[in-house]
Amino acid sequence: MKYLAQQTINALQLGSIYALIALGYSMVYGVLTMINFAHGDVFMLGSFFCLLLIAIVPVPFWLALIVVMGATAILGTLIERFAYRPLRNAPRVSAIITALGCGLVIQNTTLGISPYARPMPHLLDNVTYQFGGLTVTTLQMIIIGVSVGLMIALDFLIGKTSFGMAMRAISSDRATVSLLGIPANRVIAITFALGAALGGAAGLLYGMAYPVVSAAMGISVGWKAFVAAVIGGIGNMRGAVLGAFLLGGVEVMTVAVLPSTYRDLISYSLLLIILVFKPHGLLGKPTLQKA
Amino acid sequence: MHKPLRAGLFLSAVLSLGTLLVTSCQPSKPSVKIGINAELTGEMPAVGASCKQAAQLFAEQVNKEGGISVGAEKLPLQLSVVDNSCKADQSAAAAQRLISQDGVLVMVGPNASSCAIPAGEIAEALGCLMISPWSTNPKTTQDSQTGKPKMNVFRACFTDRFESPVLAAFATKNLHAKTAAVLYDVSSEAPTSQSVLFKEAFEKAGGKVVAMETYTTGDRDFSAQLTKIRETAPDIIYLPAPYNDTPLIAAQARQLGIKAPFLGSDAWSSPDIIKLDAGKNLEGSYFCNHYSTEAAAPKAKQFIADYKARYGSEPDDVAALTYDAMGQAVQAVSKAGKLNRSAVRDAMASVRAFDGVTGHFVYPEGAREPAKSAVIMQIKEGGFHWVSTVEP
Repeated sequence: MKYLAQQTINALQLGSIYALIALGYSMVYGVLTMINFAHGDVFMLGSFFCLLLIAIVPVPFWLALIVVMGATAILGTLIERFAYRPLRNAPRVSAIITALGCGLVIQNTTLGISPYARPMPHLLDNVTYQFGGLTVTTLQMIIIGVSVGLMIALDFLIGKTSFGMAMRAISSDRATVSLLGIPANRVIAITFALGAALGGAAGLLYGMAYPVVSAAMGISVGWKAFVAAVIGGIGNMRGAVLGAFLLGGVEVMTVAVLPSTYRDLISYSLLLIILVFKPHGLLGKPTLQKA
Repeated sequence: MHKPLRAGLFLSAVLSLGTLLVTSCQPSKPSVKIGINAELTGEMPAVGASCKQAAQLFAEQVNKEGGISVGAEKLPLQLSVVDNSCKADQSAAAAQRLISQDGVLVMVGPNASSCAIPAGEIAEALGCLMISPWSTNPKTTQDSQTGKPKMNVFRACFTDRFESPVLAAFATKNLHAKTAAVLYDVSSEAPTSQSVLFKEAFEKAGGKVVAMETYTTGDRDFSAQLTKIRETAPDIIYLPAPYNDTPLIAAQARQLGIKAPFLGSDAWSSPDIIKLDAGKNLEGSYFCNHYSTEAAAPKAKQFIADYKARYGSEPDDVAALTYDAMGQAVQAVSKAGKLNRSAVRDAMASVRAFDGVTGHFVYPEGAREPAKSAVIMQIKEGGFHWVSTVEP
């Protein structure tokens, strides 16, 4: 019992990080029906921006989080403006290739500047608490807390504000929204900024939790978060969060009760089965594809 | 821009290009070309950097002394360095390029077993001598179909068949461990073979491996596996992980309250492991290595001093083994007495002993790997410290 509780805490930490990244994929897909494959690398830059910031001025955790989210938001907007917007009406394949290209540019630029893995300095005192044999660290609580906080804020933004309404409107019909006088370009740019900021926050938290930072770290986590977004129903924010916690949970729990060699086999088979029965993901709605 | 000026610029550009072409086409004295297939980028850039630096140091020293004696002549040594990105496919492509395009006589590298195995297939197919400095996986020098030694692939290090039992014996005899847990990357060649061989040797010595857990390359979260290991309360934990994953695993283990000491493979040997271990979670851990700067022979001392003078850092084992692999390559070329790939290969196969900076090499008849000593090192106070030397 204690063992499973400990594994649940592990799953929550992993799921929170997947969720923050998955939201970025899902938001962009929601407004543009395009998959932003550069997102995993924006996530990676979140860690590197933090390293850079601390190297210049030692700042407390909260400030670092705000600065990193700001920096990745600006980066997200720039990517949208200069790489994706010119291709918005181009065939979808071109947009996907551009996104992959952007990711590779970011990754290889980082690799050029910092080919070696770097240690992430401690941003806060990490205290380990014992609750009757259960181990929980300050860091784990912060990661789960910050992630859940950001997700609630996003849910409020999308569901309760006029900006959120514009975003949802664009997602259902971009052409009509522009006719109604809603500044679609601005809303799309802000959506990218928000998605990138969440990715940056995830990068920072991930760097703190797994304190060796390298240029290739975005690849594997980015793919997993993308899978989580698809499982939850890409384009649906609550679905992305659900998918992320599900993926984190399945990964940890297969290791917990089965030989760890089967982890990816079992977790991805399970996810495939979900897609067979729910092809649009858990919370995704079937939409008519425009030819 | 004025027209005459533009024409002038164009003319000078053409001229300079022309001179470049002419100079590069001049018939030059033949040189001994050695290819370096190194992990300059990717998962283990520190490994590639050490390999390249040691090879360059070796080439500079040889050329300063007039070159390599081949037959009656002394020929300069020329290096051709190619990055393999620490990936299997790119290592094979790099080998192909070095051998077919650059026309190297010998290829030194790759170092990581996941790269050395595919590159070895290419070297074997193209009939070019390859010496891997650091690949300890038995498969590197084995023919994948017959299981017999490859004709063209050699190495400068011992294999996992020697290393893993050395560690297992150290764990049972010196650390009095009765139970062990193993956590390794199942998608990487060296850690997988090391883990299986460690388990075999540890259980033969009377110990019990209570957990065999795996992850895949690129994973950062090991909490699920470590929580499982914590349940089995092992005396030691064997982590044959590369230098950049190990600090992460150690930090997460300590965070979960696991206090057992860690044992590691030669993949720990880059000094970067200490830089990345910000929380000092590896303090007191042991690992098996190819050589130690603290227990070095006079020849090794000279190399360490030269390397330090040239690059400002101590050579790690990859650097030392690359230096030895270069030495073996040059010895084979001199012995062959001509610039011919099959003659160089035959010369290499006929070598029975070599005195390197990483110790004395003995090649039994038909063997592709030397019988040589291993050292046990400990991470203590921010450095590697020699504990003992184990003879084969």
